[in-house]
Amino acid sequence: MTARPIGAIPTRDEILAILDTVMDPEVPVLSVRELGIIRDVEVSAEGRVTVTVTPTYSGCPAIRVIEQDIVRAIEVAGFTDVQVRTALAPAWTTDWIDPEARAKLKAYGIAPPGRVESGELVQLLRHRPATQCPYCDSYDTELRSEFGSTACKSVCWCRSCRQPFEEFKTI
Amino acid sequence: MTTPSVLPPPPAPVDDELELLLRLGDDRLVLGHRLSEWCGHAPILEEDIALANVALDLLGQATLLLRRAGEVEGKGRDEDALAYFRDAVEFRNCRLVELPKGDFGFTIVRQFLFDVYAVVTLDALSRSTSAELAAIAAKSLKEAKYHVRHSGEWMLKLGDGTDESHRRTQRALDDLWRFTPELLAADDVDARLAALGIGPDLPALQPAWDTIVRDVIQRATLTVPHDVPHSAHLAGGRTGMHTEHLGQLLAEMQIVARSHPGASW
Repeated sequence: MTARPIGAIPTRDEILAILDTVMDPEVPVLSVRELGIIRDVEVSAEGRVTVTVTPTYSGCPAIRVIEQDIVRAIEVAGFTDVQVRTALAPAWTTDWIDPEARAKLKAYGIAPPGRVESGELVQLLRHRPATQCPYCDSYDTELRSEFGSTACKSVCWCRSCRQPFEEFKTI
Repeated sequence: MTTPSVLPPPPAPVDDELELLLRLGDDRLVLGHRLSEWCGHAPILEEDIALANVALDLLGQATLLLRRAGEVEGKGRDEDALAYFRDAVEFRNCRLVELPKGDFGFTIVRQFLFDVYAVVTLDALSRSTSAELAAIAAKSLKEAKYHVRHSGEWMLKLGDGTDESHRRTQRALDDLWRFTPELLAADDVDARLAALGIGPDLPALQPAWDTIVRDVIQRATLTVPHDVPHSAHLAGGRTGMHTEHLGQLLAEMQIVARSHPGASW
């Protein structure tokens, strides 16, 4: 990294490039930008950096770690006046994860989320499109539990390759 | 001694909004604690993980709601101060959520009755004229939708399952039914907030709750218990009148924070 004069004011693009290097601690193939949780970046005339983040799930324990990682990454790049702001609206949706990031999830062994459907408040025993197994690409799979190792993942089972796999929950 | 020349002012909207935030936040804090009691004890591993996940969502929602309550109150209390340093009489949760967790059937029936209440109220609250409350509600609604799918599908499995699962689920429903009128009962606070568009018109949501709950009960081959008069339940958890179980729950939940105030680890 090239040395910067003390007190240099970053551009917005420089900050965005730094955020591309901050990974989700639970899904380390996705950056916080790819996850869709960075809602805004502002750099004031005095050089204060404000990053606006929206949480994925209300109780996600990773959010504090993510905020610390963001501050540290920007500080390490030489910009020490950093603050992270939380915005709840509009609520985060997996529709903000772009196709390239979805491909990374699949390569990592996590089936990417489907498209968010609107509809009734209470939908029991709903018919959901089959999830593709990230290992063998079969659609002969079943949902074992909507709840998995982290708030953002469900547990599925592939009947073709007889492997359990995780799916990024669609919300 | 001088005589006060004016009557006390009517309750300011800020007090009403604080009250609503405590009611919503305490429901989730207390129920989240009850669900977390299953951690390591649920019937199967997937269910252990599911109940812990739901508990985590509810605690996350409680954090957002109680943090906002502290901001509205403006006395410097944060979500931890409100969770750990209030006594039972200051809690505003409904009594349904504070009852001991019971068997798995009891936990699922209680969760289902609450989850339906949660989706109908959060849906209305997502259109609140309070931007902060609307944002928390819209966020929480996404979670409440998969919570109710989970508890609702268990209702069908347990009710329409074995003789024993049917019997236990019906018993839980019979025991819990008398606590349900409190969920959507409105007092003066609710009426004032509804008039301002801040809070939901709770009685107007009752038909939606009834339709969903009764439909699932019937599909689960269970029987809807006899109704209880609403009037008997107006003075309940929302005004700080709780069952003995809340005090015991709080004793366990608050002991560490109160023994070591300000501790961090």
